[in-house]
Amino acid sequence: MSAQQREQWPLWEVFLRSRNGLHHAHVGSVHAVDAEMAVENARDVYTRRGEGVSIWVVPSAQIVASDPADKDELFEPALNKVYRHPTFYEIPDGVANI
Amino acid sequence: MSPTSDESLLTVADACLVLSHRLSEWMSNAPTMEEDIALGNIALDLLGQARGLLQVLGDETGSTEDGLAYFREAQEFRNPLICELPNGDFAFTLLRLLFVSIWLARVWPQLAATTDNADVRGVAEKAVKENAYHLRHASTWCVRLGDGTDESHGRLLRALDELWPYRGEIASPQWYDAVEPVLTEATLTMPPRDAWTQRSSADGWHTEHLGYMLAEMQSLARAHPGATW
Repeated sequence: MSAQQREQWPLWEVFLRSRNGLHHAHVGSVHAVDAEMAVENARDVYTRRGEGVSIWVVPSAQIVASDPADKDELFEPALNKVYRHPTFYEIPDGVANI
Repeated sequence: MSPTSDESLLTVADACLVLSHRLSEWMSNAPTMEEDIALGNIALDLLGQARGLLQVLGDETGSTEDGLAYFREAQEFRNPLICELPNGDFAFTLLRLLFVSIWLARVWPQLAATTDNADVRGVAEKAVKENAYHLRHASTWCVRLGDGTDESHGRLLRALDELWPYRGEIASPQWYDAVEPVLTEATLTMPPRDAWTQRSSADGWHTEHLGYMLAEMQSLARAHPGATW
């Protein structure tokens, strides 16, 4: 296999759920020729130290991303709306994962 | 085989140790970074299994796991010959892993069910799950290679021709029944079950390759006996 062909293996984004009750979180990416190999590669690369109980893989090409040039109009308006932050009440001690 | 005696426990331990070393030789040379890590993971699983059994055997014989791994001669190893063959190409390595994993898929549950040693049972029960993944990884790769390009199909076919005579020590009716569907899906025909096989390592006979492999594997421990880090 030439280096050229090797570069053509599609990229997949990897999401792990670290334990039941939590959501899947993005951890990185792997190269793989198909979905099955992508799951196996994700398992081998990202769960070696017991990090996960569930794996999602998504073709990177399927990710639709915001344009960094739009960041001012997308994100800056949220910065001065302090009333949107839930800081005005106490969280009971028994509530986990917040 | 029914690995209940110490002799056959040694066969399983040495199979894992020797195959682990062969797989570790792929480190930094696998076709992709992901596969490099995958083969490394499998090598480490096998090493852990070998250690677990060698600790038990070491305790029973007044030796240690290191003593058994690093200070035995080739003639004292009892691994099936197929484990010690040089890696060849990627197809050869993965087909060999498939053959050995299918054998171990029978060995580990039997060992877990029949042993009266709790440590051995612990190793075997853990190994059942690890081996299931090795088997899955090897199967998917063999199908991918066999049912892939002309080049990959030809390489897997060549590996099959080279490995088939070495199945003798690990084959059983169940083994053939498990191998055949994978080969069929990989668009290969399983060679005859009654084809000629190599002799076994039961009397200490090995291929010439094991000596070279052990020379490398054991050199550090022999140059610095008792070294720790």
